[in-house]
Amino acid sequence: MSEVVDARGLSCPEPVMITKNALQKTDESEVTVLVSSSVAKDNVSRTVSKIGWAVLSVEEEEDGFKLNLQKS
Amino acid sequence: MKERGLIIISGAVVGLLAVILVLQGNPLNMGFCIACFLRDIAGGLGLHRAEVVQFLRPEIMGLVIGAFIMALISRDFKSTGGSSPALRFLIGALIMFGALIFLGCPLRMILRLAGGDWNALVAIPGYVIGIWLGTLFLQNGFSLGRSQDQNNTNAYLGPALSVVLTILLLAAPTFILFSEEGPGSQYAPIALTLGAGLLVGILSQRSRLCTMGAIRDIILFRDFHLFYGVAAIFVLTLIGNLFGGFFEPGFVDQPVAHTDGIWNFTSMIVVGLGAVLAGGCPLRQLILTGEGNNDGLITVLGMIAGAAFMHNFGLAATPEGVETNGMIIVGISLATLIVIGLGVIANNKKSYL
Repeated sequence: MSEVVDARGLSCPEPVMITKNALQKTDESEVTVLVSSSVAKDNVSRTVSKIGWAVLSVEEEEDGFKLNLQKS
Repeated sequence: MKERGLIIISGAVVGLLAVILVLQGNPLNMGFCIACFLRDIAGGLGLHRAEVVQFLRPEIMGLVIGAFIMALISRDFKSTGGSSPALRFLIGALIMFGALIFLGCPLRMILRLAGGDWNALVAIPGYVIGIWLGTLFLQNGFSLGRSQDQNNTNAYLGPALSVVLTILLLAAPTFILFSEEGPGSQYAPIALTLGAGLLVGILSQRSRLCTMGAIRDIILFRDFHLFYGVAAIFVLTLIGNLFGGFFEPGFVDQPVAHTDGIWNFTSMIVVGLGAVLAGGCPLRQLILTGEGNNDGLITVLGMIAGAAFMHNFGLAATPEGVETNGMIIVGISLATLIVIGLGVIANNKKSYL
């Protein structure tokens, strides 16, 4: 089970901040991020690519989006 | 790349329309000004009695309805809210206090600069410092908390209110006030202003244009994405003003502006800090309102209430300058925002540092 960052209900820049923070701390190579808006999804996607992570897949869920990230 | 194109196009359209609206009758350097227009709406509804700034500005309704339509199409329309509503209302009012001392929201600050109003050059550093202060709060764990999914009825409130205001504007019943002189009496044709609002609302919903986010994201993430949009607003307005003959460089005798540098600077610290704490500049709050976000709506209502307060108590600045009470309100606003920031951090368990 990879690490999960729950940023649901938070508005930007908070999802980006907690994701970035979690990615910098984690030992895992895969991290899942939960967000509730497409703006958070886009912002997280744009930011993680700059710090050496890739968005493997985005799943649309009932209450938002699930982003699967992998260290690149 | 597609995203970057969209944000630049959004900014460019805002800049171009800002010039066209002035050409067609809006006050100078006021093609768009969210704070001014919300203040005029407060006046039009009789919430304050400053006779020169009363008009139900259709740009505002257009922005909300445009964002609403686009959010429905893009499936971003979602009923959310409940993230510290009363604090957001207060922060909205404080943002308005600052804006009515500077005489413009951050968007108008850019338009004023593009019109040659050098007082904006004094205000911009204030805005940036306010945003930088806000990012310190964010990095130390400031958060107004998670929003919740709400019953869908909530989401339609903002767009419905905009439709009602549009009907009131067109029907013009006697209890709706219209300025006979001053900035409130200067406006481009209603179809044009409504259409301009709609178009900008549609584009901004997609691009998430935000004058605060532009600077905040550079400070926090070295991310220039939103900044391209703001730069596009400036460039297009500047070009438009040069061709339209509206570019009049100088500090003195600028339209709906004063030369009190200290207060232009300090008031925009308030607006910048407030916008970070609220999660968006006044324009962005309107777009969020259209997307069904009640946290945006409550901030907008706070701004309207703040405008009524400022004019009812004679605190707003005038082209003559800032009264002593106006200076005091800037100090109180800044202190209140700092107390809110520290209070929220003290009561939040998590820090992102």
